[in-house]
Amino acid sequence: MKLEARILLVLGLFFAIMGTVYWIWSGENAGGMMIIAGGLLGFLPGSYYWWWSRRMPVRPEDRDGDVTEGAGFVGAFPGTSIFPFTLGAGAFFAVLSLVFGFWLMVPGLGLIVWAAIGGVAESRRGGTQ
Amino acid sequence: MTAVISPDTHHDDAHEAHEHHGPTGVLKWLTTTDHKIIGLSYTVTAVLMLVIGGFFAELIRVQLSAPYEHFLSFAQYNEVFTMHGSIMIYLFAGPMAFGALANIIVPIQIGAPDMAFPRLNALSYWLYLTGSITMLSGFFVSGGAANFGWVGYAPLSNAANSPGAGADLWIGALLLTGFSAIFTGVNICATVFYLRAPGMTLFRMPIFTWNLLVTSILILLAFPVLTAGLIMLYCDRHFGTHIFSVQGGGVPVLWQHIFWFWGHPEVYILALPFFGMVTEIIPVFSRKPVFGYKGMVFATLTIAALSLGVWAHHMFTTGTVLLPFFSIMSLLIAVPTGIKLFNWIGSMWRGQIWFSAAMLFAIGFVITFLIGGLTGIYLASPPLDFFTHDTYFVVAHFHSVVMALVMGGIAGLYYWGPKITGYLLNETIGKIQFWFLFIGSQVFTLPLYILGLRGMPRRMAVYPNNPGWQHLNEIATFGAVLIGISTVLFVVNILVSWKKYPAGDNPWDGHTLEWFTTSPPPHHNFYRLPQIRSERPTWDYNHPEAPALTHGTHEEK
Ligand code: HEM
Ligand SMILES: [Cu+2]
Repeated sequence: MKLEARILLVLGLFFAIMGTVYWIWSGENAGGMMIIAGGLLGFLPGSYYWWWSRRMPVRPEDRDGDVTEGAGFVGAFPGTSIFPFTLGAGAFFAVLSLVFGFWLMVPGLGLIVWAAIGGVAESRRGGTQ
Repeated sequence: MTAVISPDTHHDDAHEAHEHHGPTGVLKWLTTTDHKIIGLSYTVTAVLMLVIGGFFAELIRVQLSAPYEHFLSFAQYNEVFTMHGSIMIYLFAGPMAFGALANIIVPIQIGAPDMAFPRLNALSYWLYLTGSITMLSGFFVSGGAANFGWVGYAPLSNAANSPGAGADLWIGALLLTGFSAIFTGVNICATVFYLRAPGMTLFRMPIFTWNLLVTSILILLAFPVLTAGLIMLYCDRHFGTHIFSVQGGGVPVLWQHIFWFWGHPEVYILALPFFGMVTEIIPVFSRKPVFGYKGMVFATLTIAALSLGVWAHHMFTTGTVLLPFFSIMSLLIAVPTGIKLFNWIGSMWRGQIWFSAAMLFAIGFVITFLIGGLTGIYLASPPLDFFTHDTYFVVAHFHSVVMALVMGGIAGLYYWGPKITGYLLNETIGKIQFWFLFIGSQVFTLPLYILGLRGMPRRMAVYPNNPGWQHLNEIATFGAVLIGISTVLFVVNILVSWKKYPAGDNPWDGHTLEWFTTSPPPHHNFYRLPQIRSERPTWDYNHPEAPALTHGTHEEK
């Protein structure tokens, strides 16, 4: 986990330096802003991982772990689910409503809400087969 | 469904029953969350987009085969080149790079049972599919499809200059595919960070997986910017804002900043996954470990870091950008790219090279990419770019690069296809296909470089009868025909080899974990795993007599 954190932090640092140099040198705001925001994307998850990596034991995947350490229960994975499709269809209608008229938002939002409720309920049950 | 992994205790264990019972047929396709099926859907859709986009390319080349040709009207020509570029970049190259083989191979290479968020993964695919439908449906609305180029520059893309539903469908399609890409980026990062098998330290990950991790970080940096820009463009078109229009106090060139801040990282989002595929294939078929593993990883990270600071090399001629900064950064990016080329050659050096179809495509990638990369260095120098910007020289530059990526992708399909389907493709047809594609690509791009240097502008439906122009264009069209034939040969090969040549688990004596499991892998990928002590665990397992690799030892304490 430490290495993951370090990669993100170093990227963030690089963007912070590059963004500062660019912004001051060019005086152009859009690009300067976007690079600095890129730096934040390195710092935010990077510092979170860093914080955690100091509070947890080194994971088997970060050392010469033995495969047996990974045996057994890995986690609950949903087997099959219709809700990604429902949500995708909802987003499709929502986007079409931008082109063909706002009424298409009605089926769009309907599908999205249905998928949100259904998907959460499915997770509560611990997934499906 | 709970994933259980059993360690490798007895190699000859009969595969225990780990069957997955679920829906079948269309319902299975609609409800699946299995990364392999989703990846396969991505692959099929992306290849279909390649065929559609390729068809438009052939239309363009027919139109340009003679000056003042009337094959397409001016309006049709604008739609066709816009949709060719848009389909190829947004609907083929991107999803092929980070959605298709990435989805199938990344979890297996790190010994994971699936992606970290399987349902989000399915959603990514549905957004990609609906986005593709949205973009293509532009041809069926009045006014036709979008016709302002794949870059959608303001003010050409505003409501006055591009009225009609086609432009809005283009924007909507990019919103959908943009979110699809972002979700895939999140998913791959989480998978690589949290689902690696014991012993699979970051510096033992196969280079393909490394490149996809870095690609995903780049996706997260770049795509939200494009999505934000598209929303601004939509507001300008429909809600009366003036973000990109001079009349209302806006700045048209801001669109170019936003677009290319996404657009240049995007070219590496497209390229890095194919770099990764080639980096897997070359060592396996040279019977050697990859040359300079850590150098490769470092080069990938450096490319990603630098690629955020080069966007305005597409805007040199606007006269509003800081030329030295962007020129220096663009030239710097050639250094890690050069390291990669060096390492690919180093991986082949003194190896026992097996010239399989996959290896041929990989070598074709290296050569073609070298041409594209070198001409990129020309363009990164403002004095040369002022001379060649918006000419066919630029078109030739990026077609060298993207034709290389196509070769890399096909190399990947020949190499990993058997893992997913369980059957090999016909090698002889594959090699013929390679020569058509490789020779066709060069015959197609090299005349375009000369045309560009002679001043032929891009995005023109007709051109004057200048000395030699028609001849060079005819050669380019002939190259495009060769490329078209190679695509047909690929389809023929799939049909001819359908379920004919069983692959077995490990047809190439591969290095990485995907060659340890069955072809196709079972639900949740593994019945057992080997010990992971280097970046080629499968090879170590199959060749216990070989000395262990030194740099595989881990460092983190
Ligand atoms: C060695 C690294 C590279 C350098 C220095 C470089 C440089 C450039 C420059 C300066 C331009 C702008 C030319 C102009 O419009 O006047 C350009 C255009 C382009 N490059 Fe590259 N490039 C590199 C690699 C790549 C890669 C890897 C890809 C694709 C995967 C790529 C795809 C493109 C595309 C699509 C365009 C044209 C965009 C358009 O105007 O439609 N380049 N490149
Ligand atoms: Cu660029």
